[in-house]
Amino acid sequence: MPDTNSNSAAVLNPPINMPSVSLRRRVMDHVMTGVAVLTVLLVLLPLFAIFAYLIYKGIGSINIAFLTQTPKPVGEAGGGMANAIVGSMVILAIASLLGVPLGIGAGIFLSEYGRNRYGDIVRFISDVLNGVPSIVIGIVAYGLVVMRQKHFSALAGGVALAIMMIPTIARTTEQMLLLVPQAIREAAYGLGVSRWRTTLSITLRTAASGVITGVMLAFARVAGETAPLLFTAFGNQFWNWKTDQPTAALSLQIFTYAISPFDEWHRQAWAGALVLIVLIVGAVAAVRVAVRHGTLSGA
Amino acid sequence: MSNQALPRPRFNTPAPERGTKAALKVEARTTPLLHGKVSEIPDVFFGAAMRLCGLAVVALLGLIVYQLVVGSQLSWHAFGWKFFGQSDWNPVEDHYGALPFIYGTIVSSLLALVIAVPLSIGVAVFITEMCPMRLRGALSFTTELLAAIPSVVYGLWAIFVLVPMLREYAQPFLARMLGWTGLFTGPPYGIGMLAAGVILAIMIIPIISSITREVLTVVPQHQREAVLALGATRWEMIRMGVLRNARAGIVGAVILGLGRALGETMAVTMVIGNRPEIAKSLFAPGYTMASVLANEFTEATGDLYLSALIEIGLALFFVTIVVNALARLMVWSVTRGQPARSLA
Repeated sequence: MPDTNSNSAAVLNPPINMPSVSLRRRVMDHVMTGVAVLTVLLVLLPLFAIFAYLIYKGIGSINIAFLTQTPKPVGEAGGGMANAIVGSMVILAIASLLGVPLGIGAGIFLSEYGRNRYGDIVRFISDVLNGVPSIVIGIVAYGLVVMRQKHFSALAGGVALAIMMIPTIARTTEQMLLLVPQAIREAAYGLGVSRWRTTLSITLRTAASGVITGVMLAFARVAGETAPLLFTAFGNQFWNWKTDQPTAALSLQIFTYAISPFDEWHRQAWAGALVLIVLIVGAVAAVRVAVRHGTLSGA
Repeated sequence: MSNQALPRPRFNTPAPERGTKAALKVEARTTPLLHGKVSEIPDVFFGAAMRLCGLAVVALLGLIVYQLVVGSQLSWHAFGWKFFGQSDWNPVEDHYGALPFIYGTIVSSLLALVIAVPLSIGVAVFITEMCPMRLRGALSFTTELLAAIPSVVYGLWAIFVLVPMLREYAQPFLARMLGWTGLFTGPPYGIGMLAAGVILAIMIIPIISSITREVLTVVPQHQREAVLALGATRWEMIRMGVLRNARAGIVGAVILGLGRALGETMAVTMVIGNRPEIAKSLFAPGYTMASVLANEFTEATGDLYLSALIEIGLALFFVTIVVNALARLMVWSVTRGQPARSLA
């Protein structure tokens, strides 16, 4: 780094009687501050643009029919995404049922049993799994479930999303459990409480609100996922209550409608996007409130 | 954690007179936790169950690798390494080469990095070094809100807002100013590599900037004070005292962003144009590895076709794993307090 070296030399040996910081350096300082402010504005711009469009376009297209009806064939006005909203909920419920216990279990392992080499391996692998593209997870769920069942299903979609939830939940649970002071565990052992009971009733309970927040973050992350559902849940234009049949999902429906050439479908895509975001934010907020008001919180 | 070795005291609570209210209360309070003797068996079971959950994470990785490797055997035996070097993607004649997709993935991701890296570092520097305390929390929350928007919603916005804007304003301007480079020529469709790069940039900014911020905050305060004490202006302090010390971590953050960009599917699929061709101009439509999976996987009729797609998935998986592992190590080297110099 030749230029920085010469710079630091200049800083180390300032001319004696240096009156003030040179004009060039002062200007540079102001310019760079301006540049930093500009980057912030440039980054916030798309965020506001996305939310503004979402609300502007979405509100106009949401009505009772949108929330209660199934899609109409092309050309007919009206219809809605009720089946997709319910389908998304079914898929997410399956994903949570599979992913949350396994994820929390892995988190407990990492924090209570994994302060060693094996724990480090699991820790590293979960970080790496976090970075696997969601579409690749879709392929895996396709091979695991769809190939066996011979058709697309809500179950396959749930498995795909569960695979994505596990590493995230494991890592946040671990971090939350590690925040619980060792003294609390020792106090429990001192009272003769067995280790498993301590972990579940004392440690996990103390960290409950943090763990639940972590679970909600994982949930919010997978709730809007589309790529892994393309060839697992597949989508459906009609009502379907069976978990072994192709199932509609909100995100899939938004995708199909957005790339279609029909204005009516575009409108519905915006409405669907707004509903999706409201559902995600609503679910996260509801759990936050529940945690704060004690219904779900621990000690 | 040698708790298991601790002798467990056994409590023989003197039984209060049965039936009295006080006795019931004591019992209710103590029974669940302090019941008579403590058995070791549930402990062993619980420990085993948790270890099994930990093992499940490892098994998950194994499962992913197994599925991808087995699924791509057919294509691997048919084409070998040439699969990655040929640009002919022809489902009709059952001949597959992945080069256009690899090219599209790399170019769109690099384009995203070129746009996102200066912006994210600027945001991170502003939040950690310049921003008034009161704004700090709100700003970092807002940038992270960008990460919570689903990919398909980004794509929707890109189709109806970003692409028309690029077509009407940005692309004619770029063609006039930089057309001579050959990167900005051809008809301005709006849809194409440029649109994919821009939407990817918007999507990876929150990741890069939040990790960069994390890295900048662990640079010791005395580094800043030392540089300031030598008479540096604030910008000189940031450049010499902060950014240089955080170098390895920032590079790690950028690579993590790259990992995300490489695997991003929906938004890119919606705006890149989906044509398996290699074109020099960024205005031209392209195709990425993730997009071809999204578009063609359910339509793949032949076994070889499906296998070729899975092989693309395997390649994508492998690249993102390597990229992510590398990035993790670099970020850790800073946030865990090792000197940044050793890696940079």
